[in-house]
Amino acid sequence: MTPPNDRTNGGAGLNDDIGEAKRLELYRLQVVIRESEQRAFDLFLQNLVKGTSHLSLGQEAVAAGFAGAMKKGDLSFCTYRGHAHTLARGVSVEKVLGELMQKDNGLMRGKGGSMHLTSEEHGVMGSYAIIGAHLPIACGAAWRAQYRGDKDVSVCFFGDGTTNIGAFHEALNFAAVWKLPVVFVCENNLYMEYTPIKDVIPIPQPAADRASAYGLERILIDGNDADVVYRTAQKAFARARAGEGPSLIECLTYRHSGHSRADPAKYRPEGELEEWKKRDPVKIYRERLKQFGVKEDAIAEIDASVRKEVDDATEACKAAPPPPLDIISTDVYADGGWAWRN
Amino acid sequence: MAEISYRDAVTRGIAQEMARDPDVVFLGEDVAKPGGCFKATVGLYEQFGALRVRDTPISEQAILGAAMGAAMTGLKPIAEIMFSDFIAVCFDYIANEFPKSRYMSNGQLKCPLVVRTANGAGSRFGAQHSQSVENWCMMIPGLKVVAPSTPRDVIGLMAAAVRDPDPVIFFEHKSLYNSKGEVPDGEIVDTLGSAKIVRPGKDATICALALMVPRALEAAERLKIDHGIDCEVVDVRSLVPLDTQTILGSVARTGRLFTVEENPRLCGWGAEIVSIVADEAFYDLDGPPVRITTPHIPLPAADIMEDVVLPTPDRIAETVKRSLEA
Ligand SMILES: Cc1ncc(C[n+]2csc(CCOP(=O)(O)OP(=O)(O)O)c2C)c(N)n1
Ligand SMILES: [Mg+2]
Repeated sequence: MTPPNDRTNGGAGLNDDIGEAKRLELYRLQVVIRESEQRAFDLFLQNLVKGTSHLSLGQEAVAAGFAGAMKKGDLSFCTYRGHAHTLARGVSVEKVLGELMQKDNGLMRGKGGSMHLTSEEHGVMGSYAIIGAHLPIACGAAWRAQYRGDKDVSVCFFGDGTTNIGAFHEALNFAAVWKLPVVFVCENNLYMEYTPIKDVIPIPQPAADRASAYGLERILIDGNDADVVYRTAQKAFARARAGEGPSLIECLTYRHSGHSRADPAKYRPEGELEEWKKRDPVKIYRERLKQFGVKEDAIAEIDASVRKEVDDATEACKAAPPPPLDIISTDVYADGGWAWRN
Repeated sequence: MAEISYRDAVTRGIAQEMARDPDVVFLGEDVAKPGGCFKATVGLYEQFGALRVRDTPISEQAILGAAMGAAMTGLKPIAEIMFSDFIAVCFDYIANEFPKSRYMSNGQLKCPLVVRTANGAGSRFGAQHSQSVENWCMMIPGLKVVAPSTPRDVIGLMAAAVRDPDPVIFFEHKSLYNSKGEVPDGEIVDTLGSAKIVRPGKDATICALALMVPRALEAAERLKIDHGIDCEVVDVRSLVPLDTQTILGSVARTGRLFTVEENPRLCGWGAEIVSIVADEAFYDLDGPPVRITTPHIPLPAADIMEDVVLPTPDRIAETVKRSLEA
């Protein structure tokens, strides 16, 4: 079946291609992200999450749908808003919260921080905090796959605001000309930091309306419906693996929280958040499961087990020591140290 | 042994590594069939084919970003930035991405790549195509920075750079492409982080890099012939890692330190060397260390002006003589 394009309804038929096991997985991933992000926010308010943090509350379906369609070996390239994508690839809640809390049990032992979550073994090839930087990097990983005949796909996530930076255009053109197996995923949450995206682009859709400039199909989907996202991802991945080149996918979504930390997001028009909460991806998916005959207690069981995972992770992180100071100067260079002279 | 040009040494150095390791790939603007803007990569496309030698769009960020993505997933890319001045438009990769990914990921990610770029003045191209920007890169933890001055070193340091597991910025000097030198047959592999005493002497140490090396050597010859002053010339070759032992050892013998830098004066590499020597070899010094640099100005295009601002053998010799006599 063809994934829905330019449509904002679910597009899920009844007895379909996705199936119950995958749906339960997609649901679980979304709940893991929802609960972890909510916990990160609570811990931030308690001053236990330090530095900054950029949550994906409200954007869970994009992360779940793409990760659900990825195979082992596929690579994710994320932004500073990368907790969701990192969790979606199977990194433990403890490792993610540990990094946010700058503890020794964190994913990078506190050396990266919340904006740079990386787990090579899970295919999370970094989270990048310079807008647009990782689009060309994802192209390079895809170039390696093309050169070696590897079948993995590089998937690069970024926001609507990122479509206005030069690296976006360089990467899209480069990937299209070289026909690279890379999938660019624009999570259009309607805002860059505090400025609505519509105020800074001359077209309605920041990514989809630019696709034709690179000879790519215009793909605009409901990013709050994990089924829609999953099907779209599958199609783009198949295209990439078949050597047919990159895709640019714009997912319409909305962040429930502020841009970062405790941003109260006062710049949003009244009622906007409430409207979008009616289309909360987790709520939508819970209904979807019921529609497919999944019993309430099976859903409740997932919710409870995720809650426990997040609670346990929180306790483990609270108890964990801070990183030892002797790792300050490790891994600057490949010899493990920082020596720049003899 | 054969005499070849610095330009041909670039091709030979890259070819040596590409022939050895199929993971070595090469990308840049006009580098494949055209053989490069400076014709320093002629024949690589024919020898290694379209999959390994690739022309790119005019997209410096895409070039360096792609090199990084390929490097972190297993290839050993060599990326060309046509003029080193253009590093400014893709500086994010050099300053924020290549050198930080290993550290921020707590050692999970690697970035074994080489960026080669045409650096330096002498072509009368003006302020945006002539700069010496090695100091832009030297100041960034996580990068390595080399700048060969001879055809032999081009090959040896290219091999060292390609085989090194860290990101290396490889500065070729535009005004040296036509210069020639003796190069041994067979494989040449150097080590990063080793300076070379290219002329022994007892009265003063002159540290120089790239185009400034032949100029320092010429100055040293004149000082010897005209004034009996015997200078030791150190080709620094590698700014990071920096071979301070060779430099400190030389200063311990001569008691005087001069640096000859093509970069504009402020924060040039010589300042770091002077500070190390002042800190660690103060009592070896018989007089103040002296830096000979291009002044703190954008480079003018006109030949007579460009010639005046770069350190010349005359200015080097004059400065050394005056300082030793003072
Ligand atoms: C090059 C660069 N410019 C500006 C910033 C500051 N900044 C951080 S996030 C952000 C907004 C990005 O918006 P978008 O791409 O829509 O992503 P979102 O945060 O909505 O997920 C900005 C401007 C940055 N990190 N890098
Ligand atoms: Mg946004």
